Amino acid sequence: MSLAVSAAAPGTIPAPSIEYSQIAPMLVVFGAAVVGVLVEAFVPRGMRRPVHLVLTFASLVTAFVWTCVIAATSSLFAKGSAGHVAAMGAVAVDRPTLFIQGTILVMAIASVLLIADQSSDVSAFAGQAAATPGSAEERTGLLAGLVHTEIYPLALFSVGGMLLFPASDDLLTMFVALEVLSLPLYLLCGLARRRRLLSHEAAVKYFLLGSFSSAFFLFGVAMLYGYSGSVSLGAIASAVGTNSGRDTLLYAGLALTGLGLLFKVGAVPFHNWKPDVYQGAPTPVTALMASCTVVSAFGAVLRVFYVAFGTLTWDWRPVLWVVAIGTMVVGAVIAITQRDVKRLLAYSSIAHAGFIMTAVVAASVSGLSSSLFYLASYGLTTVGAFAVVTLVRDPSGEANHLSRWAGLGKRSPVLAGIFALFLLTFAGIPLTSGFTGKFAVFQAAIAGGALPLVIVGVVSSAVAAFFYVRIIVLMFFSDPVEDGPEVAVPSVFTGTAVALGTLATVVLGIVPQPVLSLANHAATQLFVR
Amino acid sequence: MNGIPWLTVAGALPLLGSIVLTLIPPVPANSAPGDVEARDKLAKVLALAFSVATLAWVIVMATRFSTSGPTYQLTEQYSWIPQFGVHYALGVDGIALVLVGMTAVLMPVVLLASWHDADRGATRRSVKSYFALMLLLETMMIGVFEATDVFLFYVFFEAMLVPMYFMIGSFGEGPRQYAAVKFLLYSLFGGLLMLVAVIALYVYAGDSPATGHHGTFLLSSLVHVALSPTAQKWLFLGFFLAFAIKAPLWPFHTWLPDAAASAQPGAAVLMLGVMDKVGTFGMIRYCLELFPAAVSYFKVLILTLAVISILYGAVVAIGQKSMKRLIGYTSVSHFGFIVLGIFALTSQGQAGATLYMVNHGFATGALFILAGFLIVRRGSDRIEDYGGVQKVAPMLAGLFLVSGLAGLAMPGLSTFVSEFLVLAGTFSRYKVAGSFAVVGIILAAIYILWMVQRTTHGPVSESVASFRDLRARELWAVMPLIALIVAMGVYPKPVLDVINPAVKATMSQVHVTNPVPAHPAPAANAAHAPGANSSHLKGNQP
Repeated sequence: MSLAVSAAAPGTIPAPSIEYSQIAPMLVVFGAAVVGVLVEAFVPRGMRRPVHLVLTFASLVTAFVWTCVIAATSSLFAKGSAGHVAAMGAVAVDRPTLFIQGTILVMAIASVLLIADQSSDVSAFAGQAAATPGSAEERTGLLAGLVHTEIYPLALFSVGGMLLFPASDDLLTMFVALEVLSLPLYLLCGLARRRRLLSHEAAVKYFLLGSFSSAFFLFGVAMLYGYSGSVSLGAIASAVGTNSGRDTLLYAGLALTGLGLLFKVGAVPFHNWKPDVYQGAPTPVTALMASCTVVSAFGAVLRVFYVAFGTLTWDWRPVLWVVAIGTMVVGAVIAITQRDVKRLLAYSSIAHAGFIMTAVVAASVSGLSSSLFYLASYGLTTVGAFAVVTLVRDPSGEANHLSRWAGLGKRSPVLAGIFALFLLTFAGIPLTSGFTGKFAVFQAAIAGGALPLVIVGVVSSAVAAFFYVRIIVLMFFSDPVEDGPEVAVPSVFTGTAVALGTLATVVLGIVPQPVLSLANHAATQLFVR
Repeated sequence: MNGIPWLTVAGALPLLGSIVLTLIPPVPANSAPGDVEARDKLAKVLALAFSVATLAWVIVMATRFSTSGPTYQLTEQYSWIPQFGVHYALGVDGIALVLVGMTAVLMPVVLLASWHDADRGATRRSVKSYFALMLLLETMMIGVFEATDVFLFYVFFEAMLVPMYFMIGSFGEGPRQYAAVKFLLYSLFGGLLMLVAVIALYVYAGDSPATGHHGTFLLSSLVHVALSPTAQKWLFLGFFLAFAIKAPLWPFHTWLPDAAASAQPGAAVLMLGVMDKVGTFGMIRYCLELFPAAVSYFKVLILTLAVISILYGAVVAIGQKSMKRLIGYTSVSHFGFIVLGIFALTSQGQAGATLYMVNHGFATGALFILAGFLIVRRGSDRIEDYGGVQKVAPMLAGLFLVSGLAGLAMPGLSTFVSEFLVLAGTFSRYKVAGSFAVVGIILAAIYILWMVQRTTHGPVSESVASFRDLRARELWAVMPLIALIVAMGVYPKPVLDVINPAVKATMSQVHVTNPVPAHPAPAANAAHAPGANSSHLKGNQP
């Protein structure tokens, strides 16, 4: 019927103009994901993994190179333009977005390296996710050597969603991106090969809480639509201050969308999912979530708060102050009691989200640029840290309990040394990337008048240093445990991820200027409106 | 910039040594014990060679320093992180130069004294890591004295903790993990508070016309930034707390005795002798020069803390049963003297305090190293386990007494000169503080002599009977320090000549002049109310 109408009156619904070249990086990743699904359907089982590997890495690398090319050469930024809103106002192409997308792609490549690693045991992923844990069906599946190669297209869909999430210039696109990035992650979380019940619990928890937060986000979008008559961020920004009679809608919408975004970031009080999910998910997937998802979610937070609510700074800043303080303190304090290395890194990730929030509340160019730098440096170190976690194994899989890590420095000094370097980075010791990042965000916060936030920040850093240092004590100063975990010889895949993390940590600590100026350059004109 | 980067090379030599040591390949697991020993020996000799080369370089560098030249000499400056206005800027004034010199002298000595610290006992530890960590620490310590950019200073100040943390935690004795973590957390906490002040200083500099509205960390620009008295007070507190923890000043000292007791003697010498000096050095370089108004506001409080440190450290030292803890507490007392000299704000007091830093490094270094030799022989650091060492090992006991006397500031030994200057400088402005501090000297006599008496005199205890006297290596480690203590006690002029211009520059930055003796006015100064808010101390005009 409708088809007939549009055929009858050509021109009444104009074809949307899509600037394909500008949004190509996302299209490449989504396209590869779709092809990956077809691979699952048509390629013989034995061939799937190599095909997926080529497809996944090729698409991610292509997307990264393309992003760099757009950032370096595109005429979008000629004559001091902040960028361009492509695809009929749905996708923003501006410098901060390109920086975030480039960062996500690098981290995604590193995380996919971990996902693809099958050398040390069989794989981190379950052979048959649908089989009941401990059942005969599971055992036959294991014996038959079944593997889920669907993880590659799932990861690609998720990465694609992450690329789109911070780039969305209207809230509906943002919601779609949020779902596209989340749904594959829910699935991936439940695919751990070892300790499958924990993994299932993580998946269900993440799914339920994530759905709630998505619903809140959508509800907020509806309110904002009611307030401004549009879902476009720019339109909401220009409506603010003009429709004074409907401020309730505005504030309710602000609160609900903010809630949905802060959930993805893992800010207090929406952080409860993080430890359980990080612990239960297969470690490579945790690496993906802890790096790429956090970067993407912060990108979206920055865009929404800086573009749509940029003139409401006085209204949201006190709230975000409280959130930032809570996030830093809760993350740092609760981490002290953790005994599982993945849970500990989850709480550390919460604390770091709090540190980034201190720069977000500055709502300034330096706030944006320092957040960008912090995200890049923190994400790469995180991938490296989780890569190390995958290597410390005992016969039942990864040895995640901290007591098993005692004396690791004596068994395997190089790996333990690298992990100690990552921990010192998280603690913010100078000459590591963590210090440069912390310095950048705290400097932006003080310049923005948030001195009390920074004082809370450094006190939390001191508290956080305690548990980072305790792991170092455990690894280097304690005697090895009896029949302690083996350290697997890293394969090329994991080795590359560890090396990338180490390199980024050292380089961004000692010569941070190139990346700092890149971030600063990306932030000078803020987001396109 | 005069072609040769003197200061960079001085810091880079030990770093190079550290890297070379790390690159020594490990011996295969199934090789004979002799191979391991040969490898360890190579590491030790290499480490010593690098530290001696550094010392030689620093000596040549010192001859290039002109006492009549500008305040900061041998300067180097390159942009490091332009985004934040951070420079790799080095330069030394007289104070920094003598401290760099002290570091370079102590290093070979400590390496010789710790020759067997890592491979002694039942559990062999990695010898090359221990010596590589020591050299790495030397790089950081030299860097922290040379930096003239606040950011660079902070980087060295914090990074310095990491090698020391591993030296205590991996190679120490007793409750080493506890001591290492306590040491790190205390220092890190202080450092992070300082970080807030550093960033705030940077933000203020960015708002100031004196820097052309460009944020900077260069000390030479920051001294021109006009700060409001309130801002000065807060920033001063941020810096001062970090330095007071580092120094350590009562009541921030509680980490020190634990760390000193758990560290190997060599590591403890570096900690007490050099690292902790960064605290007092920072007070002169940063607290005084950058925040003169805050200095006049807080000085009475700080002088009070300093006097408490002197007396408290001394009294608690008397009661100690362990030699290492005793020496740790004497250092709390000595650092009280240094802080007293700094905040008395007289040129005598400051020159004395700077000289005190150097002398304390040598005297406490010698005392701790000799105590270490005793502990190695007996396997215990409890004073009651010794007795009559004098009869068995006269050389060891004699040198122990000499370095002990240096610790209590015996005339003729270097520490007397500095303690006298500090007390004279304090007394000319703060009679009450000076009077209390003098009591510290009497207490020092008690704790030192009583310890020496209990360990080296009396009947020879059974376990001491088999002691052998100092070996050649041990003698080589201690003799340079004893020689320096005596030489600087007799003729301190060359060092004072280097220090004095720098002290004068600092004093003029704080806008202080010395009180004129035999004039009624100094009493009025001493009664200066803590609420006085003027940036000019009302010293008498000469």
